[in-house]
Amino acid sequence: MPTPTKGPRLGGSPSHQRIILANLATALFEHGRITTTEAKARRLRPLAEKLITKAKRGDLAARRQVLTVVRDKGVVHTLFTEIGPRFENRPGGYTRITKLGPRKGDNAPMALIELVEEAAPSAVTTQATAAPATEAPAPAAEEAEETPATEAPAEEAAADDTEADEKK
Amino acid sequence: MAVPKRKKSRSNTRHRRSQWKTQAPTLVRCPQCRDEKLPHTACPTCGTYNRRQVVDVA
Repeated sequence: MPTPTKGPRLGGSPSHQRIILANLATALFEHGRITTTEAKARRLRPLAEKLITKAKRGDLAARRQVLTVVRDKGVVHTLFTEIGPRFENRPGGYTRITKLGPRKGDNAPMALIELVEEAAPSAVTTQATAAPATEAPAPAAEEAEETPATEAPAEEAAADDTEADEKK
Repeated sequence: MAVPKRKKSRSNTRHRRSQWKTQAPTLVRCPQCRDEKLPHTACPTCGTYNRRQVVDVA
């Protein structure tokens, strides 16, 4: 049985929270990545991932269940035709939350929540982010290991050079 | 209704308020641009997190 959410609801009442989360989920599936407060992102993540799981199932019953949350039929269509198949081989963990620091004005901690595998033809930023995501995790890990290793000797060599120069 | 019996002295007030202190936040170096940033947070200077471009910084 799912554990009930403790503490106050977002927006003050259970119905308001349902509407806030439904609107956030709609915006997330429409744009692929949205910036919101960290609390909202953390509450949105389980809801959005359950909706994507339903989209992967892809039948009419699942579509009707999703339509009770996301009211926009166009967004539900993209969810079922594009977003669902994209996560065919991924067993959960469809979204990523990155903290962005406090907001000007009310100091609220902000976060970016995005779909992990981005659509191929989209913004300019996808080229930078999609390439490591689509590759296997192993090469990415090797790259991460290599980059500090290559940088460190270079810095040491530079330091040695300067020291040697000073000694001369 | 319960009300204070005595006026709170300036000394007491000031001693209490002397404990209001600010704390500097813990900062770490961004692996990408070497600028200081909050830990576990995207870098506000270069917009990267774990060397992945997260936000566009104009």
